[in-house]
Amino acid sequence: MATNNKSEIRYLTPPSVDVKKKKYCRFKKNGIKFIDYKDPEFLKKFLNEQGKILPRRLTGTSLKFQHRIAQAVKRARHLALLPYVTDLIK
Amino acid sequence: MNNYETVFILTPVLSEQQMKEAVDKFKGILVAEGSEIVNVESWGLRTLAYPIQKKSTGFYSLIEFQAEPAVIAKLEIQFRRDEKVLRFLTFRQDKNFAAYAAKRRNKTKTT
Repeated sequence: MATNNKSEIRYLTPPSVDVKKKKYCRFKKNGIKFIDYKDPEFLKKFLNEQGKILPRRLTGTSLKFQHRIAQAVKRARHLALLPYVTDLIK
Repeated sequence: MNNYETVFILTPVLSEQQMKEAVDKFKGILVAEGSEIVNVESWGLRTLAYPIQKKSTGFYSLIEFQAEPAVIAKLEIQFRRDEKVLRFLTFRQDKNFAAYAAKRRNKTKTT
């Protein structure tokens, strides 16, 4: 009985389960050992348009490297290499 | 003897000659303290991401050196006292950073 009850349920639209892209920590993959706070170009990959640091769930970086990125971004901001907040799309 | 690197921003209002003299002044302080300067880079005039003290451009320069920890306190006092310096950041290079810096230095030389 229980089985066909389950099959009774008809969704109007099939539930779209997007295939979950396996996120990987780009630092472990490419073996980058150190994040330099002096080159803003590299750090910009981890900032969104407003200049805020992207969370790990989006970039998929591991905890250790996320700390280093945050540290490097804050140092770059201190040195005015990176803005604290901007509205322009970098 | 740890190795450090310090990046500091000078006001753009200075003439070229004054800038060189300011950089040499800090190098002199370091050498006087018995530290050994490994590399000096100046990135020239760059626009700042946000205005500091009402100025939107600054003269960046970087000094990599090896020094005793005590030297850093003296250096930073000099930085604070000098009003030409807008902002400074000293950074202790740990071991894998030192390797990275060496690589970076060769890279900048070749390009």
